Amino acid sequence: MSKKKLLLLILIPLALFSISLFWGRYTISPWEVLQILGSRLFGVEHGLPDTLETIIINVRLPRAILAMLVGSGLAISGASFQGIFSNPLVSPDILGVTAAAGFGAAVAILMGGNATAIQISAFAFGIIGVGLAYLISRVYKTSPTLMLVLAGVIVAALFGALTSATKFVADPESKLPAITFWLMGSLASASWKDVLRIIAPVVLGCGGLLLLRWRLNLLAMGDVEARSLGVRTELLKGVIIVCTTLVSAASVCVAGVIGWIGLIIPHVARMLVGPDHKVLLPASMAIGAGYLLLIDDIARTVTAAEIPLGILTAVVGAPFFAYLLRKTKGGWK
Amino acid sequence: MSAFLTLRNGEFSYGERPIFQNVNLDVTKAEVLCILGANGCGKTTLLRCLSGSMRLNKGSIILGDRDIRTMKIDEIARKIGFVFQEHTAPFPFSVLEVVRMGRAPYLKLFAMPSVQDTEIAEEKLNLIGMYHLKNKPYTQISGGERQLVLIARTLAQEPDIILMDEPTSHLDFRNQTIVLQIVNKLAENGLGILMTSHLPDHALLFSHRVALMKNGNFITSGKPADVMTQQSLKEIYDIDVRMVNIADPFSNETVVMVIPRRDSTVIKKDD
Repeated sequence: MSKKKLLLLILIPLALFSISLFWGRYTISPWEVLQILGSRLFGVEHGLPDTLETIIINVRLPRAILAMLVGSGLAISGASFQGIFSNPLVSPDILGVTAAAGFGAAVAILMGGNATAIQISAFAFGIIGVGLAYLISRVYKTSPTLMLVLAGVIVAALFGALTSATKFVADPESKLPAITFWLMGSLASASWKDVLRIIAPVVLGCGGLLLLRWRLNLLAMGDVEARSLGVRTELLKGVIIVCTTLVSAASVCVAGVIGWIGLIIPHVARMLVGPDHKVLLPASMAIGAGYLLLIDDIARTVTAAEIPLGILTAVVGAPFFAYLLRKTKGGWK
Repeated sequence: MSAFLTLRNGEFSYGERPIFQNVNLDVTKAEVLCILGANGCGKTTLLRCLSGSMRLNKGSIILGDRDIRTMKIDEIARKIGFVFQEHTAPFPFSVLEVVRMGRAPYLKLFAMPSVQDTEIAEEKLNLIGMYHLKNKPYTQISGGERQLVLIARTLAQEPDIILMDEPTSHLDFRNQTIVLQIVNKLAENGLGILMTSHLPDHALLFSHRVALMKNGNFITSGKPADVMTQQSLKEIYDIDVRMVNIADPFSNETVVMVIPRRDSTVIKKDD
């Protein structure tokens, strides 16, 4: 990868991060942002209104950090799954993590749980969903990858139906809108608590994937080939599935369902740095972080009410994917 | 020369369906051993068992001086390379990256290939004459080039034995010949090569030993010109052939080739 691309991959997310701090419906100048951050870091008085400090420190900063964690997490999960399934059309929810986490959140909302309960339930069900898909895929041993995909379809369909059932019985005045809104994805209620909650699983999962990223090349060549090169494919795939599940379940549990990032960002990264997972994974993270920052900035500033993220990522992502299909002529070769 | 890879009384079955039984085989360094047999006679399964990726039901495989069952999968990959029939990758990895993957059995779990690994990969690409393709996407080169690149990747494993499952199927005449010439050269350089083929002439022209397989058993094995007769070929392929001796103008040696019968014995004439 050239130095120029490397610089772009670092600078663009950083620039978007800075913009996210002063851009918003409450105008704060970059200078004021610097004063407030400086006063926090070095303990100097800034003499600005407390409201400004609250907006920067307790609202925009955690929200921007969360957007970066979720964006990079979903993107690296997608890139890794596309690698282990040797298929560029795979997204991180192929094993049912999103559908299951969505059901977990819906049930928690239905039972009147608070934000913490909703997050814990979503995270737990995300893990349970993937675990279930993995168990189902073990039934038939000869083509494990295909069985995993089919098991993922089964789990997603099951939890999708269960989510519909919870919506059906939910109170249409209060709980039904809450469930629906959650399922469309949002970072509107982002707080430092959210950041602290997901930082461990996201860092753990991303770290594991980054350490194993060269091995993903081997898995992408197919199971039989990888085994002949001395790779214990089933074990390695298991570890990678655990890592991606930690990351994507953590992302979904704080941000709700945000589609398309895990599918599209790896393609953008591949166009930029090539298919070698050694550079593809870090590049996907950088682009994913920048992309969700940008989408979230749009979501919170364009209209007076927040636009759900899932809608924006799809509205931006679907045409872009069509463009990609045209440009790559349907293949990725 | 003593055998480097030995199979004794090998038996394998998929559940109730037996694939081969009571098979004995020695692969020696610096020779090409070719297995001939009809589709479904058990060639590919035999190769998979020898590479350790499938377990025998009975019998033993000794690799070097160790029982293959006691060896880890990466230990085996340092001694045995496997070239598969045909391979397409979903991602356009560069040719060099594909060859570098052959270094995997030497790398720790979290490690990336080093400068030395890259040098080894480049050296192997050079050896089989594919160095000029090193930055090309693996998905955009021809089938013949891809097969050669996979051979280079196998060489990057620095194995003692290479197993090749029909390395020339799907290739045109030119590429079949180039692959077999390289196979011969590698054997001259000291590698042991066990390959399967569908063309008896390949065994006659390019291998040192041949084993004829039928219904999961070897019916005979030895020097190609000795054991490949019209009777033994009739037995494994169930068609009429004749063997002819001709002078090879390139080497002035006498070589044996196979001529099949040209009128059909399968389709009956209309009455």
